[in-house]
Amino acid sequence: MTGQAETIKATGTAVPLLSLTGIVKQFPGTLANDHVDLTVLPGEIHALLGENGAGKSTLVKIIYGVLKPDAGEIRWQGQPIVVQNPNHARRLGIGMVFQHFSLFEALTVAENIALGLTDAADRKGLRARIVEIARSYGLHLDPDRAVHDLSVGERQRIEIVRCLLQKPKLLIMDEPTSVLTPQEVERLFETLRRLAKEGCAILYISHKLEEIRALCERATVMRFGKVVAHCDPRQETAKRLAEMMIGTELKAASHHARGEVNGGPRLEVRALSLKSEQQFGTDLKDISFAVKGGEILGIGGIAGNGQAELMAALSGEMPAAAPDAIVIDGVAAGRLGPRERRALGGCFVPEERNGHGAVRDMSLSENAFLSGHVRRALARNGLINSGKTARFADDVIRSFDVRTTGPSAEARSLSGGNLQKFLVGREVKQSPSVLVVCQPTWGVDAGAAAAIHQALIDLADNGTAVVVISQDLDEIFALADRIAVIAEGRLSQAMPIGEASIEQIGLLMGGTHGAPGESPAASVEGRDAASA
Amino acid sequence: MLLRLEPRGQRSRLWTYASPLLALALTVVTAAVIFAMLGKDPLQSLYVFLISPLTSATGLPELFVKAAPLILIGVGLSLGFRANVWNIGAEGQYTLGAIFAGGLALSYPEAPAILLIPAMMLLGILGGMTWAAIPAYLRTRWNANEILTSLMLTYVAQLLLIYLVTGPWRDPDGYGFPQTALFSSSATPPILFEGTRVHLGVVVAFLAAIVGWIVLTRSVIGFQLRVLGQAPRAARFAGFSQERLVWLSLMVGGGLAGLAGMFEVAGPVGQLTPSISPGYGFTAIIVAFLGRLHPIGVIFGGLILALSYLGGEAAQIDLGMPNAVTGIFQGILLFFLLACDVLILYRLRGPRPLAGGA
Amino acid sequence: MDQAIIISFVLSVMTASTPLLLAATGELVTEKSGVLNLGVEGMMLVGAIVGFATTVHTGSALLGVLAALLAGAAMALIFAILTLTFLANQVATGLALTIFGTGLSALVGASYVGTAVEGLPKVLFGHDALVYLSLIAVFAVAWFLRRSHRGLVLRAVGDSHDAAHAIGYPVVLIRYLATLFGGAMCGLAGAYMSLAYATSWAENMTAGRGWIALALVVFATWRPIWLLVGAYLFGGIMYGSLAIQAAGAISLFGYPLVVPSQLVSALPYVATIAVLVAISRDRAKIRMNAPACLGRSFHAAG
Repeated sequence: MTGQAETIKATGTAVPLLSLTGIVKQFPGTLANDHVDLTVLPGEIHALLGENGAGKSTLVKIIYGVLKPDAGEIRWQGQPIVVQNPNHARRLGIGMVFQHFSLFEALTVAENIALGLTDAADRKGLRARIVEIARSYGLHLDPDRAVHDLSVGERQRIEIVRCLLQKPKLLIMDEPTSVLTPQEVERLFETLRRLAKEGCAILYISHKLEEIRALCERATVMRFGKVVAHCDPRQETAKRLAEMMIGTELKAASHHARGEVNGGPRLEVRALSLKSEQQFGTDLKDISFAVKGGEILGIGGIAGNGQAELMAALSGEMPAAAPDAIVIDGVAAGRLGPRERRALGGCFVPEERNGHGAVRDMSLSENAFLSGHVRRALARNGLINSGKTARFADDVIRSFDVRTTGPSAEARSLSGGNLQKFLVGREVKQSPSVLVVCQPTWGVDAGAAAAIHQALIDLADNGTAVVVISQDLDEIFALADRIAVIAEGRLSQAMPIGEASIEQIGLLMGGTHGAPGESPAASVEGRDAASA
Repeated sequence: MLLRLEPRGQRSRLWTYASPLLALALTVVTAAVIFAMLGKDPLQSLYVFLISPLTSATGLPELFVKAAPLILIGVGLSLGFRANVWNIGAEGQYTLGAIFAGGLALSYPEAPAILLIPAMMLLGILGGMTWAAIPAYLRTRWNANEILTSLMLTYVAQLLLIYLVTGPWRDPDGYGFPQTALFSSSATPPILFEGTRVHLGVVVAFLAAIVGWIVLTRSVIGFQLRVLGQAPRAARFAGFSQERLVWLSLMVGGGLAGLAGMFEVAGPVGQLTPSISPGYGFTAIIVAFLGRLHPIGVIFGGLILALSYLGGEAAQIDLGMPNAVTGIFQGILLFFLLACDVLILYRLRGPRPLAGGA
Repeated sequence: MDQAIIISFVLSVMTASTPLLLAATGELVTEKSGVLNLGVEGMMLVGAIVGFATTVHTGSALLGVLAALLAGAAMALIFAILTLTFLANQVATGLALTIFGTGLSALVGASYVGTAVEGLPKVLFGHDALVYLSLIAVFAVAWFLRRSHRGLVLRAVGDSHDAAHAIGYPVVLIRYLATLFGGAMCGLAGAYMSLAYATSWAENMTAGRGWIALALVVFATWRPIWLLVGAYLFGGIMYGSLAIQAAGAISLFGYPLVVPSQLVSALPYVATIAVLVAISRDRAKIRMNAPACLGRSFHAAG
């Protein structure tokens, strides 16, 4: 084990800030980390690159003391240590910004930051220091606002400020850009580069290749829980990085370009406005669009801008006010519930698999029945036709190559990618006239993602109107014929994919977004100065 | 901590059924310890509590008589609990069923049994449903928590019963005791086996369990209840109406509790008094959990809890112990059951091996 | 109205309100940490009999109160072990706690029925120390939750246990402490019932006050100061229903109106339902104020 450490040490010139050797972490059914080695040097921006499920998040949670490794050694500034818990990590000088933020919705910005400061001394004069840090790094924040009122970008700033207040030597960023507009990403990178220049090392976790090439000096690539490569991402092409990450040669994404689509609209949304039922949700405002048979419409946007509400409005979980706000194949469906809409030909795949699209503790057969019983006529006289249901589930499992023991397996026993294939397959196999999918490949491995994309394209080729709501612009550009952007509950005009540029889309995504982050902070600075 | 919990990938089928058995065993051991602490011989006490009630000629039939109301209520509750509808006011719904049916029996004592008994059954169901409709309405219309409303109504029901048997319905020839006149013979459900008290209600309870089993496992409605309980958002996604299912759960639970109340006052009790229930409505909650919220399991749960009532009575007579011992054992049984259920989703593991090299 | 009558009325309402206030304050802290303990009634009953028995045997009401506090906490410990360590369903476990507590208190109390104690000594304005303690407790809890860092941590755990765990707070330990505090307060509420309110023991003597206390927490939308309003409102209703029964009849516009005493006794329960409905129908308000993790189990991976 020491020998391994020596070899790694030899790759760098300085004493590493952090070095991991032979880290093993076993979860039931998966080996999340399989003898992982990693070194981070002081002041460098180090990428940890890998697909969803490669074990990156597990590894950084071990570094931050959230998880305990089953085996392996951690050295901090040359000394072997055991990170007891996140408090211990913070005292060592490790800060972390989580992928799913560790924020408290009901509390204010200042309270959230105070919760991340373990020492009472650190919390003295907190509001003034928040404002000061925020100003010097250009991270504007109002300490007194409740988190649930903030945009995702602002929320991320809270986490960053919380880390910076403790003057960390190592800052871990777990997939920080998945929730930001391209413009916000650029601003974040400036902050990170400046931090690195000041001597703070950054461990940057991502599966976005262009970002890593733009930002990082070194990269460690993980696949299936193992480290498979080290490289300097600035010297590599995105394609090379992707191949390291996925392990096979990449097929170029099959763009869905078949020229002009003919035929009438199968899904029409007319001036749809809807109040969100969620406590911190986004209201839909005057949304209109139409999708023809054979067409894929991509709806981009940053998380929390009304995607969940739009999905619920289309699926019938939240009925619209006017019957003709939503029209499926010429039938006004606005006031209809999910079952009636399914009878008309509407099928839906919600973003959240567990507990929304699927019931974890039920078998795949039962989950097939859940949304398939209307169109596949799986019930008779109020009783479930279990034979027919199992055959339907089995058909989905076979056609979509779902890795499982059979229709009687519980949904919870499937990996994320396999369950997603099952859920997409469950809807596709109902031959829908309209299919709406939300985040179809979120948290799914590359193989499953490719299969899902192909299924959506095939479905459109057979005349279905497909709507893909996704935060992943790459996905939309790979699949869609036209793209529209949802921001603050409003939907932009849809434009042909060939005429859209990333910059333009980015502006639309942040269009009504950037402003609220800036203006209140300015007033706070004034207020704070007055109180000082 | 010496032991830790590690999530299993799948629910353990073995522990779904083994957990109640383990809980029963642990309860018996704990009971022995409690008996010893109370200064009784533990083995003899266990014999009095668990075995002696069954040894007499009427023992087994009595067990079924006691189990009938528990099974009836337990079946209804298990359907509701599956859907996360926490009707804990079955005791009140039972009381209203008894009042409705009892009122009819007192008004038409001369009516022929062939008409009176079915009419009393219907009124019993109606009484329970009426009382359960209040929390159902308040929950679906005004978002009021059904746990608290249904429980508050239990107190109101008990006071209503006391008011009736001490006031307008008091037996004029009853020497001022708080009770109604005895029901006529045509208001008494038929006895099925000569020389026992096994009445029509016992059969109805078993039928209810079988119907409940089919509804829960085979029907679309049962599927909807299960989905609503396990994943409310998925129920909505599938287009199952939560409002309708809440109403259904409470109507079925209330109706069966009311029916249990009707059979109990018309059969074993024979009149309305303030003490027509030794807490059946609450014990049925334990029955439902012990039976895995499964109507067939509820039959076994009902028999076991019925034994705890008979054992409590035997312990009172033979050992001079207060009747409250029954409640303690019922509570302990549920504690152990809830604790053992963790093994369905988790396995116990020894201490974590120390991280190598650290 | 006669001044003496007013004073007596105020004192009586305070007496009726105190057990509700003690129990509800404890439950509020428990719920703020994300734990829903429906066993309030059972914990109160056990506190009542343990406090009573201890006082009978030691002759010291102070020891009785302390014993009740510990008994309530011990009951809460059972709940905490089951729900926080063994991840049992909180609703079911709370019900089990009430069934168990009802049985246990009846068993222990059987030999104390008919015994009387002197009751808690009066310290000020004809009230004992627990009345004032209940008032102090509400304000202390309000300050703790609003102003102190530990209170902030407690609220954070109730708002998102995952986030609190990720930052490094011991979620389970904090919930244990909050649950034990809630149990101890319910034990005190029970002691007040048997040592001050009644100065005797009777089976099921709390008569649903534990459940009313649970409803009060919803009524207050998890804000301590509103508990005070709710508890005194219900204390007033309870005293009122007793007073009407004592008077035998109430007069309405000069005509005597005979109301059956049972229907008057039902008043607090009906009022509880009415109040619950009045608060709960504002779904947004409940959602804004209810701890987001209320009733949900937490198990840390790894």
